[in-house]
Amino acid sequence: MTISDVSPRPADAGAPRPPLLEVTGLTKHFPITRGVLRRQIGAVKAVDGIDFTVAAGETLGLVGESGCGKTTTGRMLTRLEEPTGGRIVFDGRDITHLSVARMRPLRRDVQMVFQDPYSSLNPRHTVGTIVGAPYRLQSVKTEHGTKRAVQDLLERVGLSPEHYNRYPHEFSGGQRQRIGIARALALRPKLIVADEPVSALDVSIQAQVINLLEDLQDEFGLTYVVIAHDLSVVRHISDRVAVMYLGHIVEIGPRQAVYEKPQHPYTSALLSAVPVPDVTRRDNRERIRLQGDPPSPIDPPPACPFHTRCWKAQEVCRTVTPPLVEFAPGQRAACHFPENAPDGPYEPGTDSIVAPAS
Amino acid sequence: MNRPVEEWASLVPMEDDAPTAFLDVRDLRIHFPTDDGLVKSVDGLSFTLERGRTLGIVGESGSGKSVTSLGILGLHKGQHARISGQVWLDGEELVGASPEHVRRLRGKKMAMIFQDPLSAMHPFYKVGDQIVEAYRVHNEVSKKQARKHAIDMLGRVGIPQPSERVDDYPHQFSGGMRQRAMIAMALSCDPELLIADEPTTALDVTVQAQILDLVRELQSEFNSAVMVITHDLGVVAELADDILVMYAGKAVEQGSARELFTAAEHPYTWGLLSSMPRLDRDRQDRLVPIAGSPPSLINVPEGCAFHPRCRFCELSAPRSLTEVPVMTETSPGHRVACHLEPAERRRLWAEEVQPLL
Amino acid sequence: MAAFIVRRLLAAVILLVVVSMMTFAIFFLVPRLAGMNSDQLALRYVGRGATAESIEATKERLHLDDPLPVQYGRFVQGIVVGDEFNYGPEVVKCPPPCFGYSFRNSQPVTALLIDRIPVTASLAFGAAILWLIGGVSVGVLSALRRGSVFDRAAMSTALAGVSLPIYFTGLLSLALFAYHWKLWPNGVNYVPFTTNPLDWAYNLILPWVTLAFLYAALYARLTRASMLETMNEDYIRTARAKGLRERTVVVRHGMRASLTPILTIFGLDVGLLLGGAVLTESTFSLPGLGQLVVDAVFGNDLPIVLGVVMVASVFVILANLIVDVLYATLDPRVRL
Repeated sequence: MTISDVSPRPADAGAPRPPLLEVTGLTKHFPITRGVLRRQIGAVKAVDGIDFTVAAGETLGLVGESGCGKTTTGRMLTRLEEPTGGRIVFDGRDITHLSVARMRPLRRDVQMVFQDPYSSLNPRHTVGTIVGAPYRLQSVKTEHGTKRAVQDLLERVGLSPEHYNRYPHEFSGGQRQRIGIARALALRPKLIVADEPVSALDVSIQAQVINLLEDLQDEFGLTYVVIAHDLSVVRHISDRVAVMYLGHIVEIGPRQAVYEKPQHPYTSALLSAVPVPDVTRRDNRERIRLQGDPPSPIDPPPACPFHTRCWKAQEVCRTVTPPLVEFAPGQRAACHFPENAPDGPYEPGTDSIVAPAS
Repeated sequence: MNRPVEEWASLVPMEDDAPTAFLDVRDLRIHFPTDDGLVKSVDGLSFTLERGRTLGIVGESGSGKSVTSLGILGLHKGQHARISGQVWLDGEELVGASPEHVRRLRGKKMAMIFQDPLSAMHPFYKVGDQIVEAYRVHNEVSKKQARKHAIDMLGRVGIPQPSERVDDYPHQFSGGMRQRAMIAMALSCDPELLIADEPTTALDVTVQAQILDLVRELQSEFNSAVMVITHDLGVVAELADDILVMYAGKAVEQGSARELFTAAEHPYTWGLLSSMPRLDRDRQDRLVPIAGSPPSLINVPEGCAFHPRCRFCELSAPRSLTEVPVMTETSPGHRVACHLEPAERRRLWAEEVQPLL
Repeated sequence: MAAFIVRRLLAAVILLVVVSMMTFAIFFLVPRLAGMNSDQLALRYVGRGATAESIEATKERLHLDDPLPVQYGRFVQGIVVGDEFNYGPEVVKCPPPCFGYSFRNSQPVTALLIDRIPVTASLAFGAAILWLIGGVSVGVLSALRRGSVFDRAAMSTALAGVSLPIYFTGLLSLALFAYHWKLWPNGVNYVPFTTNPLDWAYNLILPWVTLAFLYAALYARLTRASMLETMNEDYIRTARAKGLRERTVVVRHGMRASLTPILTIFGLDVGLLLGGAVLTESTFSLPGLGQLVVDAVFGNDLPIVLGVVMVASVFVILANLIVDVLYATLDPRVRL
């Protein structure tokens, strides 16, 4: 593994900079109440203590199955959801519990792109109003007026400036997603959290939007957190990948390492389950088939959350929670029996430029 | 009903004699009159499918793939859709048959699995009761026997403790279990034709893999003919023996799965193959999308419907702008509707498309 | 479920207390804030020929000089444990639930209420059955034959039905059927069910139809919309794909799902009407709760107003509770 695999951005080439986003112990529990007095009898542990950092200009992919907490994580990063615990430090500021008013200036820097381009755009507003809304809400003056700025943005995301006065229903799904991206871009944010940005789109359109996201990243130096369930999309777009299971990050690391030498059995299982568009491999693929469904986040299994479905599980997995351990440069996994680390944990040497977070 | 006989005269025999194939769809057209104009969802589609084989129908939203499946089952209400052409199922023609006759075949001889098992199951009835209902429409059995059969079916599709889960409501099942229950319901009367419309799109990858395995196992067990409708080339690669690629209501390429993945000849198929990021290849720096968006089915582009988005449109201009290409056999069992010369297509595939996949 | 009902009943009690306080305040606090003293208040209830003594006696009897919280406390006490009223030589006992006595004719409010409730209930339940059957069947048929002549005619009629006020349709039907065609030559006169069921029904037909017309129109529109939505659901397609007969698809799958929300609205509407169908009752001069409360409001007869408001609130709250429990029974997804 070479350094360029880990972090191809020129910004990281020099002295290590503080990460743009630093998340420690982030937790979100949704209470469950019952009885006459609505006592809290439990909680949906949607996100249960996760740590990660995102460097400026980097793309972190969050993957996992539905219910693993990836969307809740994204909503906490943009403060659409109030964290139950932990810390979110953005650009050196603790934003974990900022009030709506204090958060407002930060909304310029953190934007979100949503999954469903049909329901995330107000059908009664023109494209100009939708994309120009951030300017008005933040009272930003633009050089040649809002209209001109919006038209520039539309052009930048591959729409035509004449679309300014049209309504969302006149556009196809891919075009709507471009509108959503233009809106997110309006205030030149530093961080964009994209929740399933292409999963509602047709295959041929997905590629257009993915390319657009990559172009914009290069042009504006954006940092992305991309939440997706499609492992191929995540591999394509991410520099680093975090795999979530039942509210935990079970593996995080550079894209190539995670996809080629996964350490956590769950990552292996996920990768092996992806159908591959190649008939010649149909019959001789080695498959790992997980049985059943992920357990309920209300009552997650003790210790390693994956032990109930893991073919490698032993007694220790049911009793001792595996910590996130670095098994290869920058690649950490929470597993007692890692897949591709015969020599045990990796000893950080001089060749690692990814500073361990903890 | 007058069938418009158009230019597509292909290799499929046009005679009205009963066909030999188990499922034989000939020149199927399903049009919907709307205030904005006539929506030609399916516009002259022909294909055949044998027992024990799996046909994958691939296309994007609006390509007409789902409408086709509903049309075969006779699920479009007569007054709204204009349906013409022929659907032969095991020697019987269905388009001209009485709705009552088709209803009796539905669920028994041909059954369907839908995309979203949560919305496709009635939220107010227990899973077991919904299977019992499906079984008892076509079989004269007591409620008790039907319930036993439902539990049997749930067990066969891999639901743990079926005798208890049979009394659960759909919302108490997980997504994967719901799809299993849906499959159990579809298979309850041993259908000979099973149509699966995006059977795994709403599911997580690990569950998707389980469901794909299940469909494969059940097919070999029941020896039914299976039609899988999907936008996911990975899914068809896993399941299908043959593949039909649809664009704007028409078939553009058809052939064996092996042929389509190793020697595709239609630029749209190329586009689909190259626009998806693939885990089984090295990561490309850039994806190669298909330009533009899928066409409106009211104003389908003149000539080849794909020409506004086609990278190689100029090579066959001006025919591609004016003349609708017909499905022509290029090698045994492999048919393509494209104006490019076959040799030219093979050259483009080998030199420009395949290397980038 | 049990915990839910207990919690809702507790909430209901609190709600009733708030309702009673507000009604109480409107009748007692507002006049005082406007500058009336207790003498003037008492004068309203003595009528003509008031003497200083009778005013004093009335003040005494109604405790108008007590501080408001004490008066309110007495009101609540009356409902819970009963009350006693001192009419000079004799003391009248009023057993719980005691809403006091009418200021104007000294009748016990509870007896008045018990007298009037059957009238309103007869009107409300009879009309409810009519409109439920009529509205829902028209709505379902309209949805199934969307765009047909029947659908358009039904929906135009329904639009008229929701737009025309009761006192218009009521008076029109009285003028036509009762006076012009002499089907009800003596007008509408309420006869208790226990006296003569046939006369009871005969006299209530016009009010039932008038009230039901309004609601049926509303329900037809609601049912049609709900049914149209349901018939487009994926599970209807599944039901057809199973090979079920269209009738089974419509009745067992379509109506079951689309009528559940209608049923809950129905419960609330009936609960509301039980508190007094004011317009219908006054149009047809039916001696129901609605009439009673209208008269009481104009006559400043606080105990009656309070009584009717409390009874109406109880009906609405009970209807709400029943609807919620019913919904949870009908829709397995709802957990209480």
